Formats: sequence, C-alpha cells, structure tokens
Amino acid sequence: MKIGLYPGCSLKGGSTEYQDSVAALAKAFDIELVEIPDWNCCGATAAHNLDRELSLSLPARIMALAEREGLTDIVVPCAACYNRLSVTKHELAEDPALREKISSILNLKYEGTTHILNIIQFIDKFIADKLEAKVVNPFNYKTACYYGCLLVRPHSVLQFDRVEDPQSMDNLVKLAGGNVIDWAFKTECCGAGLSISRTDTVARLSGKIIKDAVDREAEVMVVACPMCHSNLDMRRPQINKYLNENIDMPVLYISQVLGLAIGIDAKTLGLNRHMTAVNLKEKPIGDSLAASQSTGAETQKMEA
Amino acid sequence: MSASHDHGHPLTFSGEIRQETGVIINKCYQCGKCSAGCPLAEEMDYPPSLVMRMLQTGDEVNRDHVLKSMSIWLCLNCEMCLTRCPMEIDIPSLMDNLRQRSLKAKKVNPQAKKIIAFHQSFLDSIRYTGRLYEVGLVVDYKMRTFDLMQDVAIAPKMLIKGKLNPMPDLIKGRKKVAAIMRRTQKNKEGKL
Amino acid sequence: MSRIGVFVCHCGENISATVDCEKVARTSGELKGVEFSTDFKYMCSDPGQTLMKNAIREHKLDGVVVASCSPRMHEPTFRKACAEAGLNPYMCEMANIREHCSWVHPKGDQTTEKAEDLVRVLVEKVKKNKSLNAIKVPVTKTAVVIGGGIAGIQSALDIANCGHKVIMVEKQPSIGGHMSQLSETFPTLDCSQCILTPRMVEVAQHPNITLYTYAEVVGVDGYIGNFKVKIRKKSKSIDENICTGCGLCTTKCPQKKIPNEFERGLGNRTAIYVPFPQAVPNKPVIDREHCTYYIKGKCKVCEIVCPAKAIRFDQEDEVIEVEAGAIVMATGFDVLKPDFFPEYGYGKYKDVIDGLQFERLASASGPTGGEIRRPSDGQVPKKIVFVACAGSRDPAKGIEYCSKICCMYTAKHAMLYKHKVHDGIPYVFYMDIRAGGKMYEEFVRRAIVEDETQYIRGRVSTIYEKNGKLIVKGADTLMGAQPVEIEADMVVLATAGVSNQGAEELAQTAHISYDAYKFFAEAHPKLKPVETNTAGIFLAGACQAPKDIPESVAAASGAAVKVAALFSNDELTREPLIAVVNRQAPPVFSSCVGCFLCESVCPYQAIEHEEIKNRNGEIIKTIARVNDGLCQGCGTCVALCRTKAIDIQGYSNQQVYTEVMALLND
Repeated sequence: MKIGLYPGCSLKGGSTEYQDSVAALAKAFDIELVEIPDWNCCGATAAHNLDRELSLSLPARIMALAEREGLTDIVVPCAACYNRLSVTKHELAEDPALREKISSILNLKYEGTTHILNIIQFIDKFIADKLEAKVVNPFNYKTACYYGCLLVRPHSVLQFDRVEDPQSMDNLVKLAGGNVIDWAFKTECCGAGLSISRTDTVARLSGKIIKDAVDREAEVMVVACPMCHSNLDMRRPQINKYLNENIDMPVLYISQVLGLAIGIDAKTLGLNRHMTAVNLKEKPIGDSLAASQSTGAETQKMEA
Repeated sequence: MSASHDHGHPLTFSGEIRQETGVIINKCYQCGKCSAGCPLAEEMDYPPSLVMRMLQTGDEVNRDHVLKSMSIWLCLNCEMCLTRCPMEIDIPSLMDNLRQRSLKAKKVNPQAKKIIAFHQSFLDSIRYTGRLYEVGLVVDYKMRTFDLMQDVAIAPKMLIKGKLNPMPDLIKGRKKVAAIMRRTQKNKEGKL
Repeated sequence: MSRIGVFVCHCGENISATVDCEKVARTSGELKGVEFSTDFKYMCSDPGQTLMKNAIREHKLDGVVVASCSPRMHEPTFRKACAEAGLNPYMCEMANIREHCSWVHPKGDQTTEKAEDLVRVLVEKVKKNKSLNAIKVPVTKTAVVIGGGIAGIQSALDIANCGHKVIMVEKQPSIGGHMSQLSETFPTLDCSQCILTPRMVEVAQHPNITLYTYAEVVGVDGYIGNFKVKIRKKSKSIDENICTGCGLCTTKCPQKKIPNEFERGLGNRTAIYVPFPQAVPNKPVIDREHCTYYIKGKCKVCEIVCPAKAIRFDQEDEVIEVEAGAIVMATGFDVLKPDFFPEYGYGKYKDVIDGLQFERLASASGPTGGEIRRPSDGQVPKKIVFVACAGSRDPAKGIEYCSKICCMYTAKHAMLYKHKVHDGIPYVFYMDIRAGGKMYEEFVRRAIVEDETQYIRGRVSTIYEKNGKLIVKGADTLMGAQPVEIEADMVVLATAGVSNQGAEELAQTAHISYDAYKFFAEAHPKLKPVETNTAGIFLAGACQAPKDIPESVAAASGAAVKVAALFSNDELTREPLIAVVNRQAPPVFSSCVGCFLCESVCPYQAIEHEEIKNRNGEIIKTIARVNDGLCQGCGTCVALCRTKAIDIQGYSNQQVYTEVMALLND
C-alpha cells in the first residue's frame, strides 16, 4: 500500500525521531510512504501572520505536487502542517475566484482533491484494526494524551474527533495497552511558535500543561505534533524553572508509543534523541500500576 | 457616520473587515468567553473581547491602539476563542488581518519586534532554500534582534542529538518558491 | 335587472387626494345595473352608514359596492349596516381603491381610471352574488385542559368557576408541574409548595373538574365547539377507588434505587411510588419498567401488605373519548440537561448541576432536607459559582433566545444559598441582568447588596475538576476582560428553558402550529398571545414560550376567559364563505365523483364522506361533503377538483371569472 507523505520541515530538522518512528511504524504494517517530491515548507505560523496569499500559496503548491504524483491520500504527521493544508484546502474549495488567483500565483494546476490525514487518522485508517494483534509489549503506563490546538480546531474545517476532551489518541494508546488519564489540559495551547521569541510565555503555557498531567500522576505524555513536542521536551529546563520543580516526565510521539508496543526498539524510534531523557520503568506485561510502584522494579535507562 | 453603524458598506472599516475575513464585528455581544479561555489573555494589553469592543466603537483612536497593541502579536491562533464563541466569530482570521494591517501601516508595537523578527527570519529561510533551514533561521533571527545569547546553552546538546542540520536542504523548486513569495508581495501593494 | 348601489368614499383625503371620487361616482352611476351612485367623505362614519342604509331602503337596492379602504378594515362594518337595512350582508362587497389605488399611485387621470375599473369589477361580481346565511354550530360546554402545572390549574379553576365542566389531563402521576419542584419563588421568596398545594387540592375537589393523572391525550378530532378528545389513561396498577393513600406499599417495595425524576436524579424512589409527599392525587402508581414483578414475575410485596387490597397487577391502559368545546394547552416547559456544554464537562462532574436540581437541594422536602450539599461527597460547598446563560442566547450551541427566568432565579439561588451557608461565597457569571417584572430589579439588587453575591460580568470558558474542586475559568469584561479563575466547590448552570418532551407530537395530534423551537405558536405575537391558529384551542403558560409564574397565571386566566366567551353561546356563528360540494337532481346527485383529492389536500381536515343512498338503503355513491364547522375557505380543494364539483360560496369560480372579464373588457 502506498500513501503519500508530507513530512514538513520539523520532521527533517529538529524532530527527526518523529520521522523515523513514523517510517518504522509504517514499515511494520507494510505501508510504503512516498514522500511528495520536492515539497516546500507549508509556511506554518509565519506565513499566515504576515501574508494571507502566501499562507495559501505554499500549502497549495504542496497539494498540487501531490496531485501531480497521483497521491490521493497523504499523511501529514506534523499537526501544524496538517492544519495549514486542511485550512487551505477548505478556503480554496469555498472560493473559486481565490482558487484561480492562487493557481496563477503558483503557475501549477491545483484541483483540491488530496485527502489530508493527520497521524491519528492515518493510524486509524490503515493500522488500528491490525494493531492489537501485534502488541508484544503493552505500553502499560499512565499516559496523558496531549492533542494541542491544531489537531482538533477549527472543528468546522477539520471535522476530526471532538474539540472538548477528544479521545482518538487516547483510544490508540488504549489499544497499545496504555492506561490513559482524564486531565484538563488536553487541548490547551503549548505556546506554539513563540518558542524562540517569547520563551517565557512558552515556559508558562507548557508548564501548566506538564503540571496538570504530573499532578494527576501521569508517567508519560504523548503528542502528535513536533512543535508541541519541542515546547514540552526541549524547553523543559525553562518549564522546570517556571514551576520551580524538577519534572522529568518524558514526552513521546504517538508513533513511538505504538512502535514500542509492537516491539520496535527504542533506538530505531529515536527515543535517545529526546532532550528530556526517556526513562520508562519496565513493567511486567499485564501488571497494574500498584505492582510497579513496589521497590525493586527494574528501571531501563535510555542513554542520553 | 461612525464605522460601527454602517451596514457592511465596502468602503468603511467594518465593511472591509467583513469582506476580507467574513467577521461581522457587531455580532459580538461582549460576553468575554473568548478572553476567559484565551491562554495568552493575561499577558495581552487588550484581551480579545476588548479588541472586539475597541473595533466596535468605530473610533479611530481605538483602532490605532489595536494596531499598535501587543495582543495581535501574542495571539497564537490556537482557535480556542472561535471554538467557544457563542456567535462563532472568527477571531483568529481577524487577528491575522489586523497583523497584516499593522505591518502595512507601520504601527507595529516595538515590543513585538522579536516576534516579527522570528516570522521574517522564517520566511527568509524559505525564500532561500524552499524549506526551513533551522540554523539559518536562528542566525538570521539573531542578526535581526541582536539577541545573541538566545538558546546558546542548548545548541551543543541539540547538535549531539542530531537535531541541527548543519547544511540547508535545497529543493529543486526553490526558485519557484521564491517567485511565489515575490508575486504575493507584489499583490499586496495598495491592497491592505 | 340588478339594482346595485355604489358608494365612493373620500376617506378624508386618503383617497380624494389622488383619486377624483366624484368622477368615479359619476362613471359608476352609468354602469348597467347600478341604480344609485354617490360619493361621501367618510363612509364608515355614522352619517355615512346612515346614508347607505337610507339609500338601500329608498332605492330598493339588492346589492352594494363600497369603494373605499381594504375589506380587512371595514367589511364587517358595512355588511352589518346592510343587514340592518334589510339587505343580506353577503350582497355587499368592497372595492379597495385606497390600499390598492390611491395610496400607491400619484394623483392623475390614470389613477382615477384605475379606481373606476376596480369599481366596475366589483359591480359585475355583485351581480353574481347570492344571499348567504351565517352557519350555526353547536357548542359542547366542556373544556379539556392538557397539563396540570400552575397554568393548567389556574385555567381549569377559572373555567370551572364560570360554571363549565373541565377535564384535566396530566401525564405525571400528580399535578403540580415544575412549580411543585421549586423551593421558593421570586420575588417574594414564598414557599412554592405552600402557595401551590391549596390550588392543587381545589382542583381535585372542585365539582366541575374531572382529573385524570398518569394520562395523555392521544387523539384530537373535530372542531371548535365539537372536539372529540381521546385520552389514554395509563394503567397505575392500582384501583384508585379503593386505595386510601396510606403509603405502606412505598415503604416496603424492594426496588429502592430508581433515580427519582422529581428530584432530577439527586435522589431515589421505589418502583411503586408517589412522586412527592404533597401529590394530588396522593395515590401511588407502579413504574412497570422498574418493578420486579413486571420484569421477572416475582415479588408482589405491595399486594401482600396493602391493607385495602388495592393493587391490580393486571390492570391495562384504558382509552376513553370525551367531547369538549374547547381545549387549553398548558403542557409547560423543560430544562436542558447539564451536558449541553461540552466545555463544562460533558455532564461528567457530579457537582455541576442545573438550576432545577439546585431547587431540589434547597427545598425542605428535597433529597438533602433543604441543606445545600455537594452531590459527590455530601459536603457543604463554601464557594459556589452560578453560571447564567448556560445554553440560552447561544446561536453556536443551539438556543438563540433568552430563557427569561434565569436571571431572576439565579439571584434567588444566590440568596437562598447565602441564607443557608452564612460563611459561603456565591459568585454569578452573567452577561446581562433581565429583571423586568414588578419588584424584580429590587430583588436582584438585594442579592448583590444585602447578600453580597459577587456578580462578575463575563461568560465562563471552561470548567474542569482538580483535587475535588471545580476550576471555573471566566472573564470580567467590566475590568477590561481580565481573566478570572475561581476554585469552586459546586457549580450551578442556569440552563435554557426549552419546549417540553413530546410537545411536537402533541401539537401534531391537536393540529396546532409550533415554532422552530417546538413551542406552541400563538395566533398573533402581540394581540393574540393565548390563542392558536386552530379555532377553539388556546394556550396557557410556558408551553408557548419561557415565562415566569405570574405571566403563566395571567395567560392561563386569559385562555380561560376565551373559553368562557366561547361557551357563553349555545351556538357558534361562522362566516359562510366556505367550500360547498354541489348537489343536483337524481340520478346524478352531484357532479362529485368521490375521488377525494380534496380530502387529501385539505389543511383543516374539513372534507367528510357522505353516502348517497337510495330508498332501500343501498349506497349509490359516496361523495365529498364539507364540514361547515372546520372549513376555512382556503380554496385549495376548488383548484384541484377535477369535475368542478366543489366551490367557495361568495368566491365562486363564476364570480372570480366575472371579475377578470370585467377588468379585461374595458
């Protein structure tokens, strides 16, 4: 099975572990991911903040290239790129005059026929029903699933899951044997693109997210966006400074969680490339949380 | 006749907003739910519902304050406001529009320099390579802001973990991307 | 040869300013069949009417055309005048030369010519008019009141006190409605049940009122003055005549954990139950869905212990049909459930409740004996947040309108809370305060000033639970939209008032209109708030729109007087401008072939089947007949009838054709 892939700049730069884990997961289920040839940056936050037409042109070029390659389904693991592509597709579909204009700017034919899937939709559509059978290492940790803003909002455009207390990622983690918690910051913004220009704001917003999950005894946080991951993981020192605490809870991508569950090794999944060390207590299969808290449980350190 | 009393006449401010973003400013009944849920509200000079009120008054001075505010640059387009707004007012689109107007009118709040510098560095990077070149972005940003110490501490760790590509990823179509950016810049003249 | 009189009115200057009335009168006088023609300043005035009556008598007129305003203004006036002068009123027609001519055209010859044309058209029509007589319909002087809340109770008592019979149908086991669930009422803080129960007892004991509880209306046929109402009396599994209401069965029933609807889920009841201690009638019913006997065939404890031997497990539903002259809809409203707003927890937080549940907590006969306690752990909340507009005024999540009563009951709740929890702090998040009734504004100020309720203007964005507390995130728009976060022990949502369950089905059963929100539609929003577009069916209370108790009572009395007015005659008079199926001599009997296409399109169910029989009693054919009590003269049947067997009296095909031809033949 061949599915188009739009990795986006982060997956090729600061979040290669996400790219690798998605590739490994796809391979385990015999799915060939075809990267859209010569794809460009989607423009992310910068484009739509500064220039509306640019913010529509860049994603439109990507989809036009996908169409040219005959890729009808494309998976977009980065939530921000997923959001930009979906919003562009929606706006150009609603406004034929605008579509004409953007096409002429691109100098490319744009039909708007690509199906855009985020990582969770991709897993749900092509992997989920075969997942449980392949689980060898249930991901038996108390997990806080963090969706962030851009996966589920705006609902009228994305039509994915539900905006309050979404459950799609939670369901996947449960399939992998996980123990998901109910918590209050599932869709609160992490600070997004202010990582460099306003690191203090990111520390505050991401700090609140981490704190709520930790207060509710989460052992792991799972995300589906490289920007969220970067804010929650790479900015952990600033978060800990803001909270005046020393929280070491690791942040994993959903692809890494499922990869671990089906037995792919940590190195292939890129767990050693996280800025906050991923130290997951080893648990006997099928054991409950109470048993794992007893002393003498072995810890398996992932070397930084 | 003040702008807030018009009926979407294209030449008035609220008429323009309606045409460009679909937002009908007068629909807002100032319930404050957007401000209540906005993660950035406590840092903003004018929380989102207050921005709406300032635009509703149709007063030039208030409009000026909005274009010069930090609010529009702190807004992350997280869409929480639109999700909860009982009138379904597309505040994120309005914010994008206000940002673009603020730039065009050269009324950007001096404290927002760093935020805009980041966006501009981002776009500069794409113009050159077609994709984001993270090292280039940071260098460009530091040159714009003179914030030379930003993230110097973590750079080594990132390098070791392979999170920093030393070389840019030049796509074949990078000249086409640059052309796209030129064309959209040209279209902007005299429009916003 | 016709002897028609034409009267052209100046209407002051309304007509004469643009139309040459004298010329119109002159030209009309020259028409064939016009015996008398004149103009006058104000035809509708007393002198004008006298002029007309004298002319009718003097010139022996057999038809009248008044060229003046719209028939909607003065047709009854002029027809009455004709009748007084001895001329059949339906021989009088009006030519509208005001709304259709002088008011819409500039002064000039063409305008006057148009007025002349209009008069000529009506003159030709009147030549084809026939004398008609008003239709008389008998009236059954019994009213059916559907719904036993405060509105239904008030209406029933008023009608009964006028000396008419009333049948009240209530679907719950007891009357009382939502008012019986309230703890205290605004603005007086009267104990709700104390003022309600005497009325309930009065209804039960009134000689003119027959009360059916645990019953529903399942069919309405007929028409004003002559309704046939089918009532399904659900089986209570009790013989009401023998049951003494001692209540022993309710204490022995082993099924004790059924969520109590009266307590809005905050308390439990047994399978055999009385909804609340002051119920009228104070006799239990068995909830068959939860009773062990009906589910598994075992138990029967109630039957064993009942001293009066009143339990009847085999009792079945009984459908009865009653005759009534009028129906009053008083089915009340419902309250949205707290899971309406997903950002407030999807109904998963036990301590987020709605206003009606708070009433039960505050009520002395409620699940906590009148103490305000958290449903989750029974603790007394020290910080309580009231969220106003939780569902109302919200186009995004569905209910666009304002529910009217919530501002007042929220202030009331804050006050009741403060009176019971002296060291507690109540907060109210609001958008506006709507306190328009008598003593209402003073009431709200009392809550803010004397009971120190913290009113914060702004809506709540989200509520989530942490460490047993509810974190409420709102904003203070009067402080520049500053975010406000409160750690509350309990949250009360003032959820929207919506139409009652089953309202749509009931409206369709009774053939009355309802709006997009399934509230019953009044005939005119300003001037006919208690009538519907269906003659003989009236509205009382919140089934028409959210309203508070004084308004419901006022509306109920209003509906009652409409019923009394209806019943003040033994017969009803109706305009004869209705459809009629033709009858001819045998062997045809009628050109109607009995296809009943008219029946399928008649919006008023006014077509009946009439069997034409020969002297041996054998049916020759079945033709249509119009029920002259129901037909509204809309003409849909006339347009569809294939054999032109049905026609409207006063607006027959021939009359209308004549008008058109008169217009064309200049």
